[in-house]
Amino acid sequence: MKLKTIIMGSALFVGAALTGASAQAADKIRFATEGAWAPFNYIDSSGKPQGFDVDIAHALCAQMKADCEVVTQDWDGLIPGLKVRKFDAIIASMSITPEREKVVDFTNKYYSGGLRFLGRTGEKVDLKHLDGKTIGAQRATLGAQYLEDNYAGKAKLKFYDNQDNVYLDLVSGRLDVVLSDELPTYNWLKTSGNGDKFEFKGAAFMKNDNIGIAVRKGDKLKDKLNEALKEILANGTYQKINAKYFPFSIY
Amino acid sequence: MIDLHGFGHQLLQGALVTVELALASLVVGLVLGLLGAAAKLSSIKPLQWIANIYTTLIRGLPELLTVLIIYFGATTVLMSIASLFGYDEYIEIGAFAAGVTALGLTFGAYATEVFRGALQSIPKGQHESAVALGMGTFHKFYRIILPQVWRIALPGLGNLFLVLLKDTALVSVVGLEDIMRKANIAVSSTKEAFLFYLVAAIMYLALTVVSMGVVSYLEKRARRGLTRG
Amino acid sequence: MDFSVVVEYFPRLLEGTWVSLQLVVLSIVLGGIIALPIALARISPVLWIRSFPFAYIFFFRGTPLLVQIFLVYYGASQFEVVRESFLWPILREPFWCAIIAFTLNTSAYTAEIFRGAIQAIPPGEVEACKVVGMSKAQMYRRVLLPRAFGIVLPAYGNEIILMLKGSALASTITILDLTGMARTIIARTYTPIEIFLAAGAIYLVISMVIIAIFRQVEKRQNRYLGSVSIKVPDKG
Repeated sequence: MKLKTIIMGSALFVGAALTGASAQAADKIRFATEGAWAPFNYIDSSGKPQGFDVDIAHALCAQMKADCEVVTQDWDGLIPGLKVRKFDAIIASMSITPEREKVVDFTNKYYSGGLRFLGRTGEKVDLKHLDGKTIGAQRATLGAQYLEDNYAGKAKLKFYDNQDNVYLDLVSGRLDVVLSDELPTYNWLKTSGNGDKFEFKGAAFMKNDNIGIAVRKGDKLKDKLNEALKEILANGTYQKINAKYFPFSIY
Repeated sequence: MIDLHGFGHQLLQGALVTVELALASLVVGLVLGLLGAAAKLSSIKPLQWIANIYTTLIRGLPELLTVLIIYFGATTVLMSIASLFGYDEYIEIGAFAAGVTALGLTFGAYATEVFRGALQSIPKGQHESAVALGMGTFHKFYRIILPQVWRIALPGLGNLFLVLLKDTALVSVVGLEDIMRKANIAVSSTKEAFLFYLVAAIMYLALTVVSMGVVSYLEKRARRGLTRG
Repeated sequence: MDFSVVVEYFPRLLEGTWVSLQLVVLSIVLGGIIALPIALARISPVLWIRSFPFAYIFFFRGTPLLVQIFLVYYGASQFEVVRESFLWPILREPFWCAIIAFTLNTSAYTAEIFRGAIQAIPPGEVEACKVVGMSKAQMYRRVLLPRAFGIVLPAYGNEIILMLKGSALASTITILDLTGMARTIIARTYTPIEIFLAAGAIYLVISMVIIAIFRQVEKRQNRYLGSVSIKVPDKG
């Protein structure tokens, strides 16, 4: 008899405690970004996400007259999180790739990038033969995939949870070469105080790397976003945001 | 004073989240622990099996993996259960709820053993005298059994809470803005890894010391019936 | 859910498992070696000898393992002095950073387990050693430590399982252990639930094997005791 009492009382209690898992109406569009990819998305010292991606998200929302929220999520949790509806769209400088298109839909591109190697200033690197070198990239990025496809088994590959840690290990000397998107690296070289110690190696490649906003498969949000994107490109809002971060057009 | 580059306030906010997460998980974990112990001691075989599977599974899984599985998996599972009942709305499990669930489950699995030991250590005579005095089941449990179980289980539970407190750091991996994640963000923008991780360590130590103080106060209180004689 | 990805990537999960096992075995062995002197110093009657292990244990048991790993991996490499020291060839490797963090961490817990065991030996046995004229070293070597070993086994088995579970944190510093491998696979397949569940199953199997081994060893070690068991303080 005693057990019954314990069980009933406790069950009520757990029920009450777990109501944190509440049902939520989907009247707000929730954008997710990473927050570790300056200047496209980063978290400032007050804890808020900032950057090009975040500005674009807000501009799109203003254009759509929608209620929006930008949340942050670690990079490798972005697509899984979108799939299980933790948010409605990913605006995190994500390249449109066939692999990703199998699981999510992308809007039209909102800017385009390219990959480029980064290494120590003055050190000669033969990008064709990186055998035995330690190369770093962020896990689950185009760069990481490129390295796995082209250098696996030859060079030592190291994949990180976020780009900031890639830079930390390049500076500390754990990495010889880094493969990453050209634009954030351009920004890092200019702003991190390491511009004299490191430089781009070789030319940028995969220049047709289109960056889009990811939504769930079949979500009509995609059309609305495309429409709004066209409008902010036409009315000059996009160009204003672009100029805030880069002196050249990145579209 | 050390220069925290303006991140001091953020870290304190993170500490608040850490404490909230730890306390909420504690409540869930205590309840699950009592349930688990009751099930293990019950004479109903299926209940024993369920409790045994529960504790074996959870105690064998890395806490990091439990957090990841709950964060990514629970929504899918919950939604498919809900749709069985004709409820098709989206159910949100945020980082906090996922953290509470994962850490509560973990705490509960270990607490099950602590409670079981404590429940078993109460002499049969106590149950019999309570019944002889005409107490009902609820009364007996609430007035006689629970206070003693509490006293016996407290040191074990205190230890488990200290483990729980440190495990909260794992929930930062799914984006909860606790001490650990705030420290990560600060490192991202300042590159002062050593400083911020050390500050985080000191904050956890401080929380540990406070918890130890509370536990030893509670232990003293729970023993007061004994020392007066 | 689609479990065909699990079949496809199972060999890579096994690769990760091998790394996890190396991490656990090395850390446990090294941690055990460091733990013994710490435990002995901890029960020293001299206050200042006792206070060092106290602070050591307090720090490593009072802070999350995740913080400790990041301190070793990212924290230490921040300083030029470290990067130019003879330690750098070791500290630049994430594997050794994980080993250092895990070893320090587990040694603090293990030291407490050892201490509990040594103190759990009935005082009569210590007195008996003195009566037969053993020196302190003899007493420890012949009586106290072997006795403590038997007492320590259940708690020590527990510690190894906790270390196995803690080793999952190696994935946060680029190591492709079981969890790291799982996360890398998910980065390609976007199937977190299936792959994490598969990884979880592998961890479960390993911990069950550890439990089974310890049951056997315990039976052997404590066979002269019959069915007596001695309580060792829980780890916290």
